[in-house]
Amino acid sequence: MKKLLMASAATALMAGSAMSASHSDEIKLGVILGFTGPIESLTPSMAAGAEMAMAEVTESGKLMGGATVTPVRADSTCVDAAAATAAAERLITSDGIKGIVGADCSGVTGAILSNVAVPNGIVMISPSATSPALSEAEDNGLFFRTAPSDARQGVVMTEILMEQGIDEVAVTYTNNDYGKGLADSFQQAFEAAGGTVTLSAAHEDGKADYSAEVGALAAAGGKRLVVAGYVDQGGSGIVRAALDSGAFDTFHFPDGMIGTQLEENFGSEIDGSTGQHPGTDSEGANIFAELVGDKFDSTSPFTPESYDAAALIMLAMQAAGSSDPAAYKEKVMDVANAPGEKIYPGELGKALDLIAAGTDIDYVGATAVELIGPGESAGNYREIVFKDGKITTVKYR
Amino acid sequence: MTDLLNALVALANFVIIPASAYGAQLALGALGVTLVYGILRFSNFAHGDTMAFGTTITILVTWALQAAGVSLGPLPTALLALPVGIAACAVMVLVTDRAVYRFYREVRAKPVILMIVSIGVMFIMNGLVRFIIGPDDQSFADGARFVISAREFKQWSGLDEGLALKSTQLLTLVTAALVVAVLFWFLNRTRTGKSMRAYSDNEDLALLSGVDPERVVRVTWLIVAALATVAGVLYGLDKSFKPFTYFQILLPIFASAIVGGLGSPVGAIAGGFVIAFSEVTVTYAWKKVLGYLLPESLEPSALVQLLSTDYKFAVSFVILLVVLLFRPTGLFRGKSV
Repeated sequence: MKKLLMASAATALMAGSAMSASHSDEIKLGVILGFTGPIESLTPSMAAGAEMAMAEVTESGKLMGGATVTPVRADSTCVDAAAATAAAERLITSDGIKGIVGADCSGVTGAILSNVAVPNGIVMISPSATSPALSEAEDNGLFFRTAPSDARQGVVMTEILMEQGIDEVAVTYTNNDYGKGLADSFQQAFEAAGGTVTLSAAHEDGKADYSAEVGALAAAGGKRLVVAGYVDQGGSGIVRAALDSGAFDTFHFPDGMIGTQLEENFGSEIDGSTGQHPGTDSEGANIFAELVGDKFDSTSPFTPESYDAAALIMLAMQAAGSSDPAAYKEKVMDVANAPGEKIYPGELGKALDLIAAGTDIDYVGATAVELIGPGESAGNYREIVFKDGKITTVKYR
Repeated sequence: MTDLLNALVALANFVIIPASAYGAQLALGALGVTLVYGILRFSNFAHGDTMAFGTTITILVTWALQAAGVSLGPLPTALLALPVGIAACAVMVLVTDRAVYRFYREVRAKPVILMIVSIGVMFIMNGLVRFIIGPDDQSFADGARFVISAREFKQWSGLDEGLALKSTQLLTLVTAALVVAVLFWFLNRTRTGKSMRAYSDNEDLALLSGVDPERVVRVTWLIVAALATVAGVLYGLDKSFKPFTYFQILLPIFASAIVGGLGSPVGAIAGGFVIAFSEVTVTYAWKKVLGYLLPESLEPSALVQLLSTDYKFAVSFVILLVVLLFRPTGLFRGKSV
């Protein structure tokens, strides 16, 4: 009897150690995006992009001697800071993730960063949080983003509008960190360039009727209406009300508004409207598109950024030789920036080899990543125009 | 002259037309609330969600009709589906009455208890609607979008300002007028209508005169279901359907009913328009209209907006408070609350 007990205890122990051994070879990364909520139409392809990078690394079998990387998804809801914080907390405590790709919207990203990531010392790379406020957030060097700050988008937007000779616009923004940040940075840049913002008014998401908001914007006037909102939410409602009342015919759309939903909602009604969202025509984007094929929409906003965010985490782990966030956070900037051998999408295996061999790399990725300042992308933008009801690319800047 | 016309057109486009349509929707909702208050003697907080329930069924039937290729030409298909929505909503409220309210009526519960009960009903309906159709925006409008579109009007008139009249706005006004006319004819001219008014004025006296109370209650619920569904569908067609907004609209509806005088049908209609016009005019930026009307030297450079549009619902609250303080029976001498 005693022997039997001993034997079973020993087996249990061995099984336990075998389990933990296999665990150390499995690295879990959290993918915290708003799978429900205002940008739910964008997030499926973003998550698919991030998971593609993880699958690529796992298949190569070269990360720290053959570790596998498993994605764990969680819902940030985009708007509900408490729900997002709880989701992130769960990933860290019960799933034991080593890094976070996310979050998406600026408000919840800030909440997760200060409430969960910093206290637990977890690295976060957001593919889409663009609020300028995050540049100054207290992050202990744990927070990066492959999307540029909106301060940059405000400048690009000003350039696009000024080139078309539009010097007077009305602005409406969704009443949250993203909308307010973008509207402020745009107004600053636009007025510095000699333009006039006739009115900058907030709108609440999720209302049935925006004719009152549009009435105020129409009274203020302007050659074009800048809608810094969400395409699945109030942004579309504002555009609809403005078209219905004849207040504005053409619009300018920042990143949150650009998506296939916009084409479906309005089609050729908004021909001549312009916009921009982070994007690049660098070689990386094409390679990424080929790599994706028709598995998901590779040109959907923030999808390449998501791939890059996941790739950066894994390359930094390789450079540090550890999946400990405290160790690899120092390496993120090194692998992202020059000097070194340029790495494009689909070459993650090669990059891992190079790092293992001690060669310096410069991750270019799908969006020509170059991290500046406190670890945020310098930014490349795709300028678009509506032609015959379709979003068409004008150029990249 | 052109300036004056421009000012009028801008005013019509941004204030008069939207506020009239909104007022008609509020009036229909407030009529339902006021009938329940007058005859069943409690404030029915479940009214907004009753509207949402009737609309939900109408939307489902509309989708089925659209899928089957049925259409009404320039009119929205939802009008065809409306009777089904009303019938389903009627069944719903009658079942609710049988299962919930009848008990409290028989024990002669105080109005405040019935009100709390109606809040419970509200939460159940709230969940039911979300369970059936989900919490998201649903679009079910089809047919012609505009009677007059802003661009056409500008070309036709040569004015700087456009005037848009959506077909749903016209439809709302016409339907509301029809429904109100039929309701008033029913209340004033038919035997059932008269017995309802008698029951409302004095319950015991009506009983002595041989009025069957259960029948009055049933008929009231049927009318309320019809009003709620019509109001909900018109609101959904004109704006958009989202369960949460039907919960929010409860406040302006109650404000309308109270401002007009609870229990008074004429008051409910007047109240609906008072609330709608105050919400829209107070939050409208008058810069454009004044710019046309005033001489250039006086032209305002600011927006001339009394209240930001964020505070739209606050307007109903303020009117409600003022009326309750100074004239608790409302404009048309309803029952005091």
